[in-house]
Amino acid sequence: MNFVTPEIAWAPLAPILIVLVAASAAILIEAFIRTPATRRLVQLAVALVALVAALGTAAVQWALLDGAGTVVMDGMITVDRQALAWQSMILVFGVLGMILFAARTRAGEESFTPLGSTAPGSIEETLARRKGLQLTEVFPLGLFAVGGMMLFTSVTDYIFLFVALEVFSLPLYILVALSRRRRLLSQEGALKYFLLGAFSSAIFLFGAALVYGATAHTSYSAVAYAMELGGANDALLVTGAVMIVAGLLFKIGAVPFHSWTPDAYQGAPTPVTAFMAAATKAAATAALLRIMYTSLHPLEWELSWLFWAAAIASMALGTVLALVQTDVKRMLAYSSVAHAGFILVAFAGLEGEALSALPFYLLAYGLASIGAFAVVTQVRERTEDGSVGAEAVRLGQWAGLGKRSPLLAGAMSLFLLSFAGIPLTAGFVGKFEAFSAAIAGGGWPLVLIAVVASAVAAFFYVRLVVLMFLTDVPEGAEDDIAVEDSPLVRLVIWVTAVATVLLGILPAGALGLLEDAAVLLVSLGA
Amino acid sequence: MNPMNYVILASILFAIGSAAVLLRRNAIVAFMGVELMLNAANLSLVAFARIHDQLDGQVMAFFVMVVAAAEVVVGLAIIIAVFRARQSISLDEPAELKG
Repeated sequence: MNFVTPEIAWAPLAPILIVLVAASAAILIEAFIRTPATRRLVQLAVALVALVAALGTAAVQWALLDGAGTVVMDGMITVDRQALAWQSMILVFGVLGMILFAARTRAGEESFTPLGSTAPGSIEETLARRKGLQLTEVFPLGLFAVGGMMLFTSVTDYIFLFVALEVFSLPLYILVALSRRRRLLSQEGALKYFLLGAFSSAIFLFGAALVYGATAHTSYSAVAYAMELGGANDALLVTGAVMIVAGLLFKIGAVPFHSWTPDAYQGAPTPVTAFMAAATKAAATAALLRIMYTSLHPLEWELSWLFWAAAIASMALGTVLALVQTDVKRMLAYSSVAHAGFILVAFAGLEGEALSALPFYLLAYGLASIGAFAVVTQVRERTEDGSVGAEAVRLGQWAGLGKRSPLLAGAMSLFLLSFAGIPLTAGFVGKFEAFSAAIAGGGWPLVLIAVVASAVAAFFYVRLVVLMFLTDVPEGAEDDIAVEDSPLVRLVIWVTAVATVLLGILPAGALGLLEDAAVLLVSLGA
Repeated sequence: MNPMNYVILASILFAIGSAAVLLRRNAIVAFMGVELMLNAANLSLVAFARIHDQLDGQVMAFFVMVVAAAEVVVGLAIIIAVFRARQSISLDEPAELKG
């Protein structure tokens, strides 16, 4: 057998490569710069420069793209407008996430533990804190996660997709475990997230192996081609396809693969939750979209029950469980499960509309998520000695926030209304587009359920708004809550709030761009 | 020998692995279940490569091994951190997160 060196077109890969190279360089920085304060600034600068440079390169790619796109590395990666749209979205979430990672409280406290290896409450932990150690590894870990997610959206080969899946999942598992406050909760969330995540990627991998067995191919388009040609082993094929979809539904956080979502969201340091909520869902949706449209579409009928069942169960369970939560982060986590259901609704019938509706939906959802969790980082408990403590996450502690900080409460209300899909916010346009795509695909019963679920979900979003604005601060609890005003977090809140309003009032520009991106390049590369 | 038998064996291993993840309450044993599932996938990849008379499946198995090794590093780190904090790695016991 001859080994032929593959020709690699480097230019279309540039955005991904920039991020991954910067991540590797950031690990070296970790080893060479000793002073924590300098290291933190350098790491932040490297991360932001790399992400912005990658965003610029992606924009140049978009402008220069001739025809539908480019197939790179023998069909392993496809760079078309759809992929570039998702990559840019993830980069934007990455930039916002990194800024949140770097934010500190007025007392100079970060969101991350000074030393991850110390046991919570131990002497070592106190020493590390007193010595001013800082965990700057979060920046390279975040960069690796962003790079892996970008790959995840553009890969067109099942086995390579598994590799990309792990490249972005492994850093996230670690990031979840690194909270500064409530560390037991954080580690427990990470353990659950890790075990269930590894379980689901093993399911995905076995599914990919079965599809390979049935068709002798692992490239998306070649698998579709082999299916259309016939002669593939049907039992293996359908089992494999169901397992592949199940593995991806886990990452999207749809019922019955949602059980990690509340634990990981609640346990993780809030900046990580913000980034993870927005970017993981976007990356997983992008990968599922590409697989369903370019590879498994001949099995659409066989798989539709899975999508319908997962969509209905996610919307129902997510909404009902969000209603009974008393923790803000957990409530937002269950609301993200419900949103996973809304996302799956758009897959009904695999209509072309979904190719522009889903990116818009995820953009609107991601911006609102990052904004909402950014607000959560700013509302803090006051400890008995008057210093500022952990985040105040109990719903009751948010009573009267509108009087304490009208700006934060107003921004939070905006994000909640966008989640609920109230007109003039980005969430409304996203839901409208997603549901139109589903109706075009004959999924009107799903849309009916989705509209009812949205109405019920609006109840718990509005409940928090009412709590913030119309409820008084409980007697004697006036000094229990401290509102932070970190400039970095304020910047993120402003950017996401303005974007949410702009996309809600003038969605035409973004929708027009995404309609250009509503083409998936299919090639028989392999 | 019919290579399809290896695929059947792989499926059995996969089932045992997933049963371990879902039923066992010890984090290390659950994690071993995950590894068993990944290795079942490897075995089936190699068996299918043999059936199709290709090398692709075998090359993929290498990728999976590398990824599995990376996963072990991260997983054990988290499990050890949890063990240090509470002197136990039972999945039932940590019950700070509920609902």
